[in-house]
Amino acid sequence: MLHLILFLFFGTICVAGAINLLAQSHPINSALSLIAVMASLAGEYLLLGAEFVAAVQVIVYAGAIMVLFVITIMLLNAGKEERTKGSRIAILIGVPGVVIGGVLVAWTLLHRPDMQTVPIGALKGDPSAIARLLFHQFLLPFEVTSVLILIAIMGAVVLASRPEAIARPHHSTPGPQETRKLVATGKDRR
Amino acid sequence: MIPLSYYLLLSGILFACGVLGFLIKRNIITIFMSIELMLNGVNLSFVAFAAQWHALSGQVFVFFVMVVAAAEAAVGLAIIIAVYRTRETLNVDRVNLLKL
Repeated sequence: MLHLILFLFFGTICVAGAINLLAQSHPINSALSLIAVMASLAGEYLLLGAEFVAAVQVIVYAGAIMVLFVITIMLLNAGKEERTKGSRIAILIGVPGVVIGGVLVAWTLLHRPDMQTVPIGALKGDPSAIARLLFHQFLLPFEVTSVLILIAIMGAVVLASRPEAIARPHHSTPGPQETRKLVATGKDRR
Repeated sequence: MIPLSYYLLLSGILFACGVLGFLIKRNIITIFMSIELMLNGVNLSFVAFAAQWHALSGQVFVFFVMVVAAAEAAVGLAIIIAVYRTRETLNVDRVNLLKL
């Protein structure tokens, strides 16, 4: 009973945050509701017994990735979203289609006879067991992932740096004279 | 003791919200956040199935999904900054030319 109450508590926060993400028009509000979704998902992982995944969810997702999002929103000074009208035929066909599909999926999931129940804390997910699996069986994917992260960092730096800085690497930081010229012409800011 | 299908339904709802946001939102940052929402929904079903079958490898795959999501967020936000620098807008309806 307690398990069900906790599941419904975190699940309600999850779904409410996801719907709020769609309803808000300012991106910073959407980002904050996405943080709420991720934090309550960490609660769901704890209910399943996956402590390691719950901790990583809070640290990496709700921490690092969302900080990147919020910094980008503040850096670009993103304002309210302009709404554009969608086509009517999409609403006329799409909404009943989504309702029918959703009801079918839910009915199939809830009425499967062989669907088992999950007890609270079902996974024995202590970090040492996961580490043993990660560094023995999944060692090659782990190393490939580290290379992927390295490439992603370099790609992000190249993409986000100014085009002039890439074209003239020796003059990436303008000297005092150049700075004065840039300030005079107003070209250093966009 | 709650059925596995509840977890799968929650995961499906999160994924559907992500797809809906991807389709209806016009701000490029919010579209990107919808993608993260979809990844979170998939992660939940990974962990739920891992709990049902007592398989730890499901959690390892969630770990890999998170790493890829982090890399994707870094590169995607850099692309958003580059787009904003050239177009001066975040509305995807106005980003309709490949080359300026």
